[in-house]
Amino acid sequence: MRTPVEEFLEIEAERYELAEGPMYRFGIARRDLFRALGGGLLVFLVAGEAQSLLAVPEAPQQESGGGARRGGGGGGNNQAPPEIGAWLHIGEDGIVTAYTGKVEVGQNARTSLTQAVAEELRVAPASIRMVMGDTDLVPYDAGTFGSRTTPAMAPQMRRVAAAARERLTELAAERFAMDKNSLIVQNGKIQHPATGRSVGFGELTQGKKLTATVSADAAITPPAEWTVIGKTLPKVNGADIVTGRHKYTSDLKRPDMFYGRVLRPNAYGAKLASLNSAKAAAMPGVTVVRDGDFVGVTAPTTSAAEAALEALEAKWTPPATPHPSAKELYTLLKTPVEGQAGGGRGDVNVGSVEEGLNAATKKLSATYTVAYIAHAPLEPRAAVAEWQEDKLTVWTGTQRPFGVRSELAGAFGIGEDRIHVLVPDTGSGYGGKHTGECAVEAARLAKAAGKPVKLVWTREEEFSWAYFRPAGVIDVTAGVGADGKLVAWEYHNYNSGTASIRPLYDIPNQKVMFHNGRSPLRQGSYRGLAATANHFAREVHMDEMAHSIGVDPLAFRLQNIKDERLRNVLVAAAEAFGWSKTKPVTGRGWGLACGFDKGGYVAACVEVAVNPKTRQFQSIERVVTAFECGAIVNPDHLKNQVDGAVVQGLGGALFEAVYFAEGRIGNPYFSSYRVPRFRDLPREMKTVLLDRKDLPSAGAGECPIVAIAPALGNALFAASGTRLRSLPLLPKKGAA
Amino acid sequence: MTPKNFPLVVNGEKRPVTAAEDETLLRVLRENLDLTGTKYGCGEGQCGACTVLVDGKPVRSCITPAATAVGKPVTTIEGLANGDKLHPLQEAFLAEGAMQCGYCIPGMIVSAAGLLKRNPNPSEAQILQAMQGNICRCGSYPRILAAIQRAIKGKTS
Repeated sequence: MRTPVEEFLEIEAERYELAEGPMYRFGIARRDLFRALGGGLLVFLVAGEAQSLLAVPEAPQQESGGGARRGGGGGGNNQAPPEIGAWLHIGEDGIVTAYTGKVEVGQNARTSLTQAVAEELRVAPASIRMVMGDTDLVPYDAGTFGSRTTPAMAPQMRRVAAAARERLTELAAERFAMDKNSLIVQNGKIQHPATGRSVGFGELTQGKKLTATVSADAAITPPAEWTVIGKTLPKVNGADIVTGRHKYTSDLKRPDMFYGRVLRPNAYGAKLASLNSAKAAAMPGVTVVRDGDFVGVTAPTTSAAEAALEALEAKWTPPATPHPSAKELYTLLKTPVEGQAGGGRGDVNVGSVEEGLNAATKKLSATYTVAYIAHAPLEPRAAVAEWQEDKLTVWTGTQRPFGVRSELAGAFGIGEDRIHVLVPDTGSGYGGKHTGECAVEAARLAKAAGKPVKLVWTREEEFSWAYFRPAGVIDVTAGVGADGKLVAWEYHNYNSGTASIRPLYDIPNQKVMFHNGRSPLRQGSYRGLAATANHFAREVHMDEMAHSIGVDPLAFRLQNIKDERLRNVLVAAAEAFGWSKTKPVTGRGWGLACGFDKGGYVAACVEVAVNPKTRQFQSIERVVTAFECGAIVNPDHLKNQVDGAVVQGLGGALFEAVYFAEGRIGNPYFSSYRVPRFRDLPREMKTVLLDRKDLPSAGAGECPIVAIAPALGNALFAASGTRLRSLPLLPKKGAA
Repeated sequence: MTPKNFPLVVNGEKRPVTAAEDETLLRVLRENLDLTGTKYGCGEGQCGACTVLVDGKPVRSCITPAATAVGKPVTTIEGLANGDKLHPLQEAFLAEGAMQCGYCIPGMIVSAAGLLKRNPNPSEAQILQAMQGNICRCGSYPRILAAIQRAIKGKTS
């Protein structure tokens, strides 16, 4: 049983995009100006009695840290600031402002964190303003990834709000000269029921910062008593979305702002041999920038920037070693990387697989492959950069505002205290917006133009110059005994990753290894990371084993699962689906899969229809998903996340794949990279949410995506008799 | 490229702009008129985030020359509400929670508005067909479908 910190560190191993060296380091002379920033310093007063410093329960280096002052300071220590005022402020008007380093990318963190504060502070959600991802205002946070907002940030906000509630109660008790235990907190007021005396929060704080500290054991409300959390609070800024009022980064306009474009190499690894920019530079309002290998233009409109870009005459030197062909991909991924026998992280060695296989009555080996897929967020990477004196402000849609701040500091050789990153609620990320290329590029262009610059990546750039979910090859060998119980499990994952690599099945002899591969494409985090690949390989192999010994796939799994939470979702999905009640009719096939990731548990049952003659896939008739992640924070938003993940997962399951050749992406457009659309919806989708108020709330942004692909593959096998071992299950004919 | 005047009428108001003669309607709306509700998603008319109504019909403004919109009423997401009163589709999307990151939503609502103008009572299959050109990468299709159906039921005209 791994500790949360161990699990978190394991997650980190796969975030290749974070381990890369900087993409740009610009030759800007270091300014010798160190201006102390006013306005952010907090007068630190510990109110009398000793209060324990906030201890962040999990992964202390990774979460919610920051110096004593708001904004995290110049990168010092990353411990969570202990004083309430760094996280929450109550204005004289009673408006509550909360500060979090998490960002909103469609997962409804803005709403769920509002609920967390509203619950503990006993205020209406409408009186809360949530400031997210503004590096000048919020405590340091490592990033919005790993499904960490619900299990780590929400409890933090709750402790903060509970501490504020206690502090306010103390202040009211002083004011009324009464025992604080005779007071109740409700609706933004402290009341003394016996006398009817009442005082609003705003009157108590007078708008001053709350300097009391947050204790790790602040009295937070147990789930059984929740009145705000656990209910469906509608998305707090929904009205701005449906009216088009909300400004995404790509919508922002700054005074005198110009638009940028970046010149991309004609292939990966190509180097700029020569550049003739005379024509472009002669265009009205155009500035051309060349800094090392970075070439870009700015102009008064996007069209003018495009025209300027097209007018650049660049010659490229191809890389010394040709970029690998997609045909070599899986061979490359299995080629050992020097100095790496096994991956280390995620490896399991239990018992003796050799002995287990010798004792097995049935053995099965198979190889599974998983293609690269793209995040394809509907809002592409975008940034607006503005230099003033020596302060750089960048608005950008990123999951890591403080990470981007560091990237900017490194790229320009300036201190983080001179950089301000803001993240408007963003048009999705899915793990694909951890890196700040666009922010750095926009800042470089703005520096050259001497004006604010907006840079919005084209769809082609978003498909080509970001990073992908890793491709992978997975070899599995399993053995069962005569009683249908697994006796051996050997599992090798090449390149794809370690997320959920360990089976939750009850297997006495296991050897599980991750092997680093030579990925020809830039790769990194994705929704669920390698859990999508690992569940595909594992759950299809389980299905193959079940069929080979003539046991029902559901029964086979239940026979081999001890984990109660996994059993529960599997049983719930199967029951809602009617798995054991009836049988599929001709031309239909049923498949199921179950899994776990980041503290959540999921199971899916799928019915597909095939053409009765050709037995080719025709349609998805039914999908039933069961999901459990502890105590539910917002039932409707949870269902939204689960359904959304399943629908998105249809793409990776059925048709999404990145094709490449000669150092270029072959399908960098929506016209050539197929994503799920309305008509790909299953005829019927049903979701069962299990609410475990007795368990801490885990995140749900990722886990629900892992079961759909193997369940679909297994259903296809049942319907057609053809076993498919590759994702996507139904690739384009003739594609690379 | 010589700049050209486009005497556009957007959301019931005269909004003349000057832009390159081959400028797209999307860029004119977003950059000249600061009507940023209509979004850029792909630039090739494949994702529907840029959908506006021209003469009541949905068009992908990213591949529509501004010139072709002259002389016709243009409606963007900003023009659907009546002051504070939201359009039935907007209310339905809110009621169904039919959004996650929200980026596709203006295009979805405008496409749906266009559909309901030409077919006030479409079947589910007709809705799916009409909306097939709008991508929701977050996977909110089931809710968006429910929102459109809700708006249809709730319409009084």
